[in-house]
Amino acid sequence: MYVAVKGGERAIENAHAWLAEERRGDTSVAELSIAQIREQLSLAVNRVMAEGSLFDPDLAALAIKQSRGDLIEAIFLIRAYRTTLPRFGASLPVETGDMACDRRISATFKDAPGGQVLGPTFDYTHRLLDFKLAAEGEVAPAAEGTPREEATPHITEFLQGEDVIQREPVGEAVPGDLTREPMEFPADRALRLQSLTRGDEGFILGMAYSTQRGYARNHAFVGELRIGKVAVEMEIPELGFAIEIGELELTECETVNQFQGSKTEPPQFTRGYGLVFGQSERKSIAMALVDRALRWEELGEDNLGAVAQDEEFVLSHSDNIQATGFLEHIKLPHYVDFQSELELVRKLRREAEERTAGYQEAAE
Amino acid sequence: MSEYNFAYLDEQTKRMIRRAILKGLAVPGYQVPFASREMPMPYGWGTGGVQVSAATLTPEDTFKVIDQGADDTTNAVSIRKFFENTAGVAVTEETEKATVIQTRHRIPEAELTEDQILVYQVPIPEPLRFLEPRETETRKMHSLEEYGLMHVKLYEDISQHGDIATSYAYPVMVQDRYVMDPSPIPKFDNPKLEMSAIQLFGAGREQRIYAVPPHTKVVSLDFEDYPFEATKADHACDLCGAENSYLDEVILDDAGNRMFVCSDTDYCRSRRAAGHVGRLGTEDAA
Repeated sequence: MYVAVKGGERAIENAHAWLAEERRGDTSVAELSIAQIREQLSLAVNRVMAEGSLFDPDLAALAIKQSRGDLIEAIFLIRAYRTTLPRFGASLPVETGDMACDRRISATFKDAPGGQVLGPTFDYTHRLLDFKLAAEGEVAPAAEGTPREEATPHITEFLQGEDVIQREPVGEAVPGDLTREPMEFPADRALRLQSLTRGDEGFILGMAYSTQRGYARNHAFVGELRIGKVAVEMEIPELGFAIEIGELELTECETVNQFQGSKTEPPQFTRGYGLVFGQSERKSIAMALVDRALRWEELGEDNLGAVAQDEEFVLSHSDNIQATGFLEHIKLPHYVDFQSELELVRKLRREAEERTAGYQEAAE
Repeated sequence: MSEYNFAYLDEQTKRMIRRAILKGLAVPGYQVPFASREMPMPYGWGTGGVQVSAATLTPEDTFKVIDQGADDTTNAVSIRKFFENTAGVAVTEETEKATVIQTRHRIPEAELTEDQILVYQVPIPEPLRFLEPRETETRKMHSLEEYGLMHVKLYEDISQHGDIATSYAYPVMVQDRYVMDPSPIPKFDNPKLEMSAIQLFGAGREQRIYAVPPHTKVVSLDFEDYPFEATKADHACDLCGAENSYLDEVILDDAGNRMFVCSDTDYCRSRRAAGHVGRLGTEDAA
């Protein structure tokens, strides 16, 4: 005798309890603290903050702990939390020119005011597993220098002085907010950049890579890559002036791209721009390449039919929270739809068999 | 639950959603863009329906959630619990007692009344999406009432298969103006789209809300010589004996034995409570 399956509620509760147990793992191994994740898995924390669109290292670390290290799940936790937060205002645009740089490199000039500063980078490390890390041990202190007092000017400013790089239009318009207004196409550049900076690192990387391999190729030089802290300032109406309310770590990448000139523009270099929370170097370079590819129309270039030029394609598919939700929803029951497909396939097969039988009779 | 506002969303967000709902009701079948929020459940799992329900529920409402017609499927349980926790509203499994019903993939068998609201979860709101992937194009097609592509698709189905090969999410024409995706309900449910209740459709990931007001004309697309046909498995429910309800097929053993049961669990339960017995049912099964 068939009894309809009941007990979804208890099954869910049991699954959650089991999940909590698995998350903790072997209890004879010490539990991870939020501070440990924040300090020792900081690049994972940075990615969660960037794609979660919320700069809060402690919350990002908590999300990573709760998600068992599944970063997309952690990003989802942060996004769901972020959307509940009240908004009490908007900051002034951050001045990346005033950034206290931990890292600042240029691939276009051997040296420039501010110098080349490698900073804490994986570049030039040999990717050999360091078995010493398997044993606990102290880290030898790194050499210290004196931080630069003055602001480090942007490399592109030097190019702009000579007028060999395109000037960006200055606008007074308040940029749109893709978390408060539904995305509509065509999107302006501000919205595109918002979407790219919270987009999935792997997706943006793949799109950028495709431009390097010839799908809307536009050779990019890393004019400058800088990582460091910037002050966040906000105008307080009661005070009548801006005060510093906090500090953000950002990675900024400006690319300098080839440009042949068009009917309306003399030959000059063009730009791509990437700006991402935290130390997120790969993401910011990739973002700059995709930004540049998406600018084909305003720069009077040809649409080569490459995906990275296709704003609707790129922006509609870059968000990993949307993508993973929709992808994984096919785990949910679909037996009503499947049943109707099953009936249809059976009917079509029956009709096809009848037709075949009819032909055979006619032939005989 | 005091950490969150009534029904989770803040009042500003609910107001924004209500505006979209009202616009949708004013222009039946038109997809209204809305600034969908990240919800604490994944996109694709009913976030559109949840946001519409959140903006629709009042403390006096009685809420019912079904998935595949059933109240006890895991995602229906999860969404019902969410609103029990965040809105504290009364919940029910009985279709007649509910004032707001959130559904995925089915319209209840019992006829709904003008005192009820049916909220659909919608994965892909655009009926033309699989014919034209670009939103910029499909919006233009709707505004120009350019639906030739859809008719060509249905015609090609017939020339290739001898039938219109769409069995769920079967496109409809709403009030002679907009072609609309009724969400992935089986086409068996399409005739029920003309009803007394308010029907609201929410697509969270795709940021669209649309609506069908009570007693609106809803016509399933077809051809004169190939008229629309609402189909279901050619059986009666093996538990309650119903011959007019949509059925799920259940595999009983590895010898190919199957049974057919109502997909609408409340409908089946109420019939059995009223003494109806199917082929494999027993009188005390309910």
